[in-house]
Amino acid sequence: MASFTVGIVVFPGSNCDRDVAWALEACLDIKTKFLWHESSDLNDVDSIVLPGGFSYGDYLRCGAIARFSPLINALHDFVKSGRRVLGICNGFQILTESGFLPGALVANKNLNFICDDVDLNVITSKGGWFKKLDEKQKIKLPIAHGEGRYHCDQDTLKSLIDNDLIALKYITNPNGSTSDIAGITNKKGNVLGLMPHPERACDESIGGIDGLYTLKSLITQ
Amino acid sequence: MDQFEVKVFIRLRPSVLDPAGEAIKSASSKLGVEGIKSLRIGKMIEVKIESNEEDIKEKIDLLCDRLFANTIIEDYEYSINKL
Repeated sequence: MASFTVGIVVFPGSNCDRDVAWALEACLDIKTKFLWHESSDLNDVDSIVLPGGFSYGDYLRCGAIARFSPLINALHDFVKSGRRVLGICNGFQILTESGFLPGALVANKNLNFICDDVDLNVITSKGGWFKKLDEKQKIKLPIAHGEGRYHCDQDTLKSLIDNDLIALKYITNPNGSTSDIAGITNKKGNVLGLMPHPERACDESIGGIDGLYTLKSLITQ
Repeated sequence: MDQFEVKVFIRLRPSVLDPAGEAIKSASSKLGVEGIKSLRIGKMIEVKIESNEEDIKEKIDLLCDRLFANTIIEDYEYSINKL
């Protein structure tokens, strides 16, 4: 799908933008385009990745200031159009702060910055972000975060469960996340936010390829 | 237009675990201070702002609701002093 272009948003402080580009271009032969956060023209990209990092130095709260960028304002119409948005780590934090996804990400329960590979259960097939298998699917992805504890109130959790919006759960909860949640989707399924880094699991030589499918699904129409 | 000094206090909601507060509580007992039952960390933001008196509360509420606090996890309160 040579004509398909994935936009990768670059905020001041993003640091996984080039990892995402490498994984998409080199591992999957998918064309990418970096989008500076001040741009609001999203017409020439077909899907968007909000990469990990420390946008605006995580000042105030992670993702709190990034949500005011022109690009995030333009993202509302992009999402309404049904095009796909993947928020990884800091990108997930930005999606919750901006109201695209419910809940919030707060400091890990043990206060450690956790850098590790974690085993995850795929919970929903909504949006087709993960392989559909008959049996419950398990994948392994790297995490690297200090503020990745997903928090929501009981009503929100019930809504996530009732609407089948929980995408990933930690098998062994590393950070104290509510209900072991590692990633969620919006109701339409075209927005996925997750703390693990699929772009760091796209080549066997660096430890695994369980992230490939999620990145490849960005070119699903 | 008047000048105002506003102090905004932001706290994690009681239902949200504050691990940093717990760590400081633990350090406090290592300092020899016993009896601390609860310790939670918040933020304080000081703002000096020029505004009409009738608009000031609305402006501060907007700042608090949309930027200073994430009301999913935080509560806020503020005091406004006319300078």
